[in-house]
Amino acid sequence: MSSTIEAVETVPTGTWKADPVHSSVGFSVRHMGVTPFRGGFKQFAASLDDGRLVGTAAVESITTDDENLTGHLLSPEFFDADRFPELKFESSEIERHGDEIVVRGQLTLKGTSQPVDLRGTVSGPIGDPYGGLRFGVELETTIDRTAFGIDWNAELPAGGHVVANDVKLTAELELAKEA
Amino acid sequence: MRVLAISGSLRRDSYNTKLLRAAEELVAANVRFEHYDELESVPPYNEDRDTQGAPPAVARLREAIAGADALLIATPEYNASVPGQLKNAIDWASRPVRAGALWGKPVVVIGASTGMYGGVWAQAELRKILGTAGARVVDAEVAVGRAHDRFDEDGRLTDDEIRDELREAANALVLAAGPQLAAA
Repeated sequence: MSSTIEAVETVPTGTWKADPVHSSVGFSVRHMGVTPFRGGFKQFAASLDDGRLVGTAAVESITTDDENLTGHLLSPEFFDADRFPELKFESSEIERHGDEIVVRGQLTLKGTSQPVDLRGTVSGPIGDPYGGLRFGVELETTIDRTAFGIDWNAELPAGGHVVANDVKLTAELELAKEA
Repeated sequence: MRVLAISGSLRRDSYNTKLLRAAEELVAANVRFEHYDELESVPPYNEDRDTQGAPPAVARLREAIAGADALLIATPEYNASVPGQLKNAIDWASRPVRAGALWGKPVVVIGASTGMYGGVWAQAELRKILGTAGARVVDAEVAVGRAHDRFDEDGRLTDDEIRDELREAANALVLAAGPQLAAA
């Protein structure tokens, strides 16, 4: 047995599914240049199947505290939820070094697919109290929303815009191993 | 397919109403125009009255919009903006949020004014309002300036360039409503 600890370079094999209660998918975008505005998608699914990560979220499940804002976000000016009800990420390559991970793949949003790299950390696997195995991944990336055709904006009185183009997407996934 | 044409002017000899009549003559035979003519009867928006028994004129407005595949709205410009009665009708048609008649409805905004610029400010504001209300605003514009010089005694357009722009805008609307409808 080697006395040095070698960094783990792979993600666990087998099929793992996100526990939706203990996972979240969110976004953050700077509002009026001063504050990050956060929201999320309540309905999503994610799975890691032999090293391939696939995640989807129902656009209509977007959460904000104002029904008028939710309506505007779902309208053709933003997500156009009627025509493009789902956002999707599919990985093509996963690089891991110790706890750090880079997941390369395609993000599809409002009918447009673009390559994105998700970066973050991996924790576990650990044994859960029910005899199963779980591990966590915390991932984020920043996209230019206009590259996906989400380009609504309004001007501020002294210049600048109400909504930034850069949007941070986050996924905090607790993945449970399928029996 | 069915296009609901809405004139933002209540005036009997409105240039905007004439512009909508001109558009009707330029589209393919399978595109049926219905000219909405009850704008004046729509009461002021009041959320207390926006119940299951909405005022009859509102119910008819919502029905007309819901039954159309696309909207063509011609607006005059009042004090650099949209006429209040038109804005009021849009407010009614936008409710309830995400389930209103306007939701996802393809719409082209055009306009005529007796000034130089054809009401481009009112048009821009109308597009903003419609977009916020959840309509599918099509990127097309027809701005008829000096409208009093652009129609003959029978109300027909006299300017070929405007006619071409109008045809292009109407075609963009038909396409936005869906290729399946363009042929139906």
